[in-house]
Amino acid sequence: MSAQVRRRLRTEAVVLPALGVAVAVAAVELAPRLGILPRQSFPPFSEIFGALAGLLGDSELWGAVRDTLSSWALSMVFAILIAVPLGMAMGSSRVGALLMRLTIDFLRPIPSVALIPILVLIYGTQPSIKVALATLGATFPLLFQAMYGVADVDPVAKDTARAFGLGGWSRARRITFPSVVPYLTTGLRISASVALILVVTGEYVVGVAGLGREVLIAQSGGAYDRMYAFIVATGVLGLGVNLALLAAERRVLFWHASQRGQGADE
Amino acid sequence: MLMLDVSHLSKTYGSGSGAFTAIGDISLSVVAGELVCIVGPSGCGKTTMLRCLAGLLPPTSGAVSLDAQPVTRPPRQMAVVFQDYSRSLLPWLDVVGNVTLPLKAAGVRKPRRLALAGDALAAVGLAEHAHKYPWQLSGGMQQRAAIARALAYQPEILLMDEPFASVDAQTRAELEDLLLDVWTRFDITILLVTHDIDEAVYLADRVVLLSGAPAIVTESLTVDLPRPRDQIATKEMPEFAHLRAHVFAAVKAAGDQARRDAASEASAPDAAAGVAVGPDAAA
Repeated sequence: MSAQVRRRLRTEAVVLPALGVAVAVAAVELAPRLGILPRQSFPPFSEIFGALAGLLGDSELWGAVRDTLSSWALSMVFAILIAVPLGMAMGSSRVGALLMRLTIDFLRPIPSVALIPILVLIYGTQPSIKVALATLGATFPLLFQAMYGVADVDPVAKDTARAFGLGGWSRARRITFPSVVPYLTTGLRISASVALILVVTGEYVVGVAGLGREVLIAQSGGAYDRMYAFIVATGVLGLGVNLALLAAERRVLFWHASQRGQGADE
Repeated sequence: MLMLDVSHLSKTYGSGSGAFTAIGDISLSVVAGELVCIVGPSGCGKTTMLRCLAGLLPPTSGAVSLDAQPVTRPPRQMAVVFQDYSRSLLPWLDVVGNVTLPLKAAGVRKPRRLALAGDALAAVGLAEHAHKYPWQLSGGMQQRAAIARALAYQPEILLMDEPFASVDAQTRAELEDLLLDVWTRFDITILLVTHDIDEAVYLADRVVLLSGAPAIVTESLTVDLPRPRDQIATKEMPEFAHLRAHVFAAVKAAGDQARRDAASEASAPDAAAGVAVGPDAAA
């Protein structure tokens, strides 16, 4: 690839997403002003942005962000602790897979939100309910990634390790686990989005502290610009989490085919 | 001194009507310091045989012994070089990490590990690339790294499964000469499986011929070409041409025989599968 082509691709990678955002912002600004969307329940972008800017100096926003993020982090820790060992066990043992597969395939398509009534019975309206909800939802993507990852360890790499006398524990640590990491990072990103959605859902539906409840309060008080500002803040948080995980993935998986091309010329 | 002894080895996958016999009956022996090449047509069970010899796959019957000890799992005195270097080297470890991993697992201390890896990498000409990752190297260099890993493990015998089948012709000739060089330098025994007749005759003290599915040994041929060998001078010798022609004819005959057997078996479905045909093992 010539330097010229590379430069053009790099410019495109910055300009095109910016253009996409600009079009979206313009649409949100113009739709209420032109009467395409009802003005009183859908303020134009400038007003939402103004409300958000006002919230930035407000401890309410940061308190809500802290509540949401800490619940999210806690549910991710739980999901990892459940899904990774269980998924790896299912992927590496036929008996394990046969024992658990049917149960998990039954549980998986049940929408996590449908579990809220059950969780309310168990936890009441405690903040722990959103952690439980998000943990349940985040476990499945990670579980399946771990399972497929273990089943997909290269047989030549396994043969090599055995031929060179690596024992079972050594092979698990030095061959299987690194081979599963690319699957886990993908699972982690999917789970992270699911967990964030479910934490906010839990806050909104059950009314426990966090961004979701702020949306609910603003909505019931008719403060629509404020409501949208909190919704935008939730979106920004999701984007931030995803970008942070992508950056971490690039560092951890520098050796993987999916990352090698990127940044190699820098 | 007898090193590796293979006696009436056979391997059948599955059972009943779905059974597939990959190896019929293989007997062969390798003495210490020898370089033996095993040649056979593609799909004749060479890789299955090698995995049995390496202790990676239990045979259905027969026995493998190394230094008079039965091989039931990968022996410490044996190292293996696989055909598919890009999958055999671990991409998350750099070259020296790959070379030292078996030593680390064997509990060799760090200074000793690095010294062994340094010697092995120097021997294969990769000393300057020790801290590169396998995917930053060409195919030939990756296979050199895999050879270095095997040498650093300090084996008595090196098993190689079509080690040069995935590189271009020029690199292949370089790697063949590199192998002959480390074979004498490290004083090891080598058993190399290949489907390339020229390669087998060029490298070997002895060429063992296998016939196709299920594999049996049809001939064991001593190659008394002078050493050191040379890609040009050795290959110009009339003896080289003669040996090459002989092996070629034998491999072709074995292939034709296998095709006739397959045809007659197809026309007579009740015929017992896996019965050894042709001359019995040369051993």
